[in-house]
Parts: sequence; structure tokens; C-alpha cells
Amino acid sequence: MRTAMVVLRKDLRLELRTWETLPAMVLFALVTFVIFHFGLNRTTISGQLAAGVLTVTLLFAAMLGVNRLFVAEREQGGFDAFLLAPVDRTSMLFAKASALFLFLCVLEVVAVPAFGLFLLGPSLGPALPGLVLVLALANLGLSVIGTLVSAIAIHTRARDLIGPLLGLPLLVPALIATARAAGPLLAASHPASAPPGKWLLILALYDVVFGLLAYAVFDFLLED
Amino acid sequence: MSVDNAPPAIECSGLARYFGERTALRDVTLQLPDGATLAVLGRNGAGKTTLLRILASLLRPHAGEIRLFGEPLPARAFAVRGRLGLLGHEPLLYRDLSGRENLQYHARLHRVAPERVDEVLGAVQMDRRGAEPVRLLSRGMVQRLAVARAVLHRPKLLLLDEPRANLDPAAAELVEPLIGRGSGCTRVLTSHDPQAALAEADLVLALKDGRPAFVGQPDDFGAERVRELYA
Repeated sequence: MRTAMVVLRKDLRLELRTWETLPAMVLFALVTFVIFHFGLNRTTISGQLAAGVLTVTLLFAAMLGVNRLFVAEREQGGFDAFLLAPVDRTSMLFAKASALFLFLCVLEVVAVPAFGLFLLGPSLGPALPGLVLVLALANLGLSVIGTLVSAIAIHTRARDLIGPLLGLPLLVPALIATARAAGPLLAASHPASAPPGKWLLILALYDVVFGLLAYAVFDFLLED
Repeated sequence: MSVDNAPPAIECSGLARYFGERTALRDVTLQLPDGATLAVLGRNGAGKTTLLRILASLLRPHAGEIRLFGEPLPARAFAVRGRLGLLGHEPLLYRDLSGRENLQYHARLHRVAPERVDEVLGAVQMDRRGAEPVRLLSRGMVQRLAVARAVLHRPKLLLLDEPRANLDPAAAELVEPLIGRGSGCTRVLTSHDPQAALAEADLVLALKDGRPAFVGQPDDFGAERVRELYA
């Protein structure tokens, strides 16, 4: 855990120094909301449609972060330096997944209110506590899968393609569960005060299963 | 040099590595005592860097056996990683972090006391420029930082891939106590300056197209062999 914190601190410092990832993710999400606004030709949306638009936008914005996750390690020798140190390699998984999780949280701090302002019909306020819970679970799954996929893609020539091509199919269950859990919260009439437990449970289960899978295979991904 | 009963620092036998169809390294067999210096010579693409990366446990050999300090690689790589210092073509430094931040990061990974960072920065005379991002430094300065990074954790085995590249004579002299004979480390050294490498070697491995053309004492590796190797 200590090593993971060391790598995470370095990653956050690099992002604060370069601003290469977060602004791109946020801008992408905002632009996508504008595109949906005109594409759907509707002033406001609600319910399952709103949940779908929000989830898909966040998912695609996350892919930008996934693609950049290991770039500095690959291009500036960070992998070699890390592998030369007598540390547990899994700490890289924890560090990168945590960095992506934090990036997603920052993205949502900007993107969700913007979504509420520009697209969402019903008020965001009552849905917010439930939405935070749903997005936190979704972020967890996205971070783990994103890190796993990014670690695979970074060793390939077409890494910008491999990330989404591998990641998106793996994330479909999480996408469905997130959208279905968020839908009732964003309903125009009689919005639910809490997300449906069934979908929350599926999301949590997804996180646990892929978390364990990532933990089991990550060492091998760093191998030559 | 060798400590009584201590295993050799490096033992390789029949080492081979391929990149697809291409043979990068083949039939490398040698033994290097603790504290000795091995000079690896050869033309560009002869397999020198591949050998160093295998020794650093960053590449797996496709055939043969390798032991560092008696520990087999890659099975026991974890046990020897902290004892290796690699100075390769890449400085292994983040361009957007300062030299000091980079070394602090490496110090934390290797669990080295923070004071050691100032010590090595001072040793390569980069303490005054240590706060600047690496991307703003000259290549020579980056190389000095890379030397500091490689010796930060006081490794026992130094893997030096053209370590004096980009260094002016004064800087080369500056890093000598850290990576030269005086460092007291076992060293594997590649160089495109065969005379300089031979002068500080206890053992020579000459590679031609990935295969050993000569393994032996530097005195037996005469001018004629040098000419043949680079012909």
C-alpha cells in the first residue's frame, strides 16, 4: 500500500504539472452534452434516457483517461524504473486505479452539475445522494477495468484503439447497471429517493469480480 | 574482488534471447566474480543492451540460465532487484518532474533515506539545478541525474550501458567515484570506446550478431581482435 501511495502521489503530481488528462476528459464530457442537446433535439431529458446519456458520456470521457494512464511510464521509462525496484508489482495496479478513480471523481464534480444545468429536466438536487453512490460504484469498476486494459494496450502499437476496443465490451455490464440504477433517480415524475438495490448489488458484484481478476493477472501484464 | 565462498555476482550459461525471428543474443556463457568489471563490446545491434536488460531482469531469456549473486532469474528476480543499478540509454526520469522530485520518487520506491537524495545530487553537482524540470536540462545534466538515480540505493551490481554518453570530460570525471572502479561495485559496462572499456575491465565479452566472439581477459583481446570486431 505504501508503494501504491508513492506511485499515486507521483501520478497526481505529474497531472498537476502537465494537465494532460483531466481537462481533456472534462471538455469531452461537456462537448458531448452539447452534442446530445442538439442531436436529441430536446431541451430537457429525464428518466432512463437521461441516465443513459450521462453514463455513456462519462464512460467515453473515462476512455480518454484510460488511454493516458500509462503513457508516462511507457515513454519516460517509468515501467523500467518501477520494475527495477524491490516492490510488489500489484502496487502499480492500486496506484493507477486510484489515480483513474480520482480523475473520474473530479470529472463528475464538473460534468454532473453541467448535465443537470444543460440537459436534465428534473432538479438534480434530490437525486444527488443516490447518484453519488451509483457513480462511486461505477467509478470503481471503470478504474479497475481501465487500468487493466490500459496496461495491456500500452504494450501495443495501436494503444489508442486497443483501450476502447477491449475496455468497452468489458464495461457493458457496468454501463447497464449504472444506467439502470441511475434511471429511477432522474425520473421526471415521482423520482426514486434511492437507487434500486438490485442494480447497486450488480455493480458492487462487478467491481469485486473484476477487482479480484485484475489483482490476479496484473503481475503478468508487467512481465516481458 | 571476490569474497571467499561468495557466489559469483553473475553466472550465465547458454543465454539466448530472440525478438521474433531475429536472434538478439545466443550462447552467452560467462562468470563474473563479485567486485569485478565485465566489458561488453560489439557493434551497434550486437546484443549488448539486450544482455544488460536480461541481467537487469527486465527481459526474460528464451534459453539458458542466469544467476545473480546466486539467485536464479527470473524466478528470484525480486530478491536481487534492489541490488541492481541500471544506467541505460533512457535516463528513467520523468521529464515534467524536477531532478530532485525524480530522485525522491526513486528513493521512496527503494526505501532509501531522503538525505541520500541530497547526497547523490551533490555528488553529481546537480544540487543547484535539482529543482528544475528534467525537460529543461541539457543532455549531459540529465545523464548526471541518471547516474545519481542509478546509484541512489547503493547497488552492488551496476549495469552501465554507455554510461559516459553525453558527458563532457569534467562530468565524466565527476561521476567516476560513483560508477567507476572506485565505486566498489561489480560492473557490467558497454561502450563504443573499446580501449577505454578494456582499460577498466577484468573480463571482456565481445559480441558479434548476438553471439560471443570472445570471452576472456582484456590482455588477450588485442588490437587485431578489436579491429575484427568492429570491421
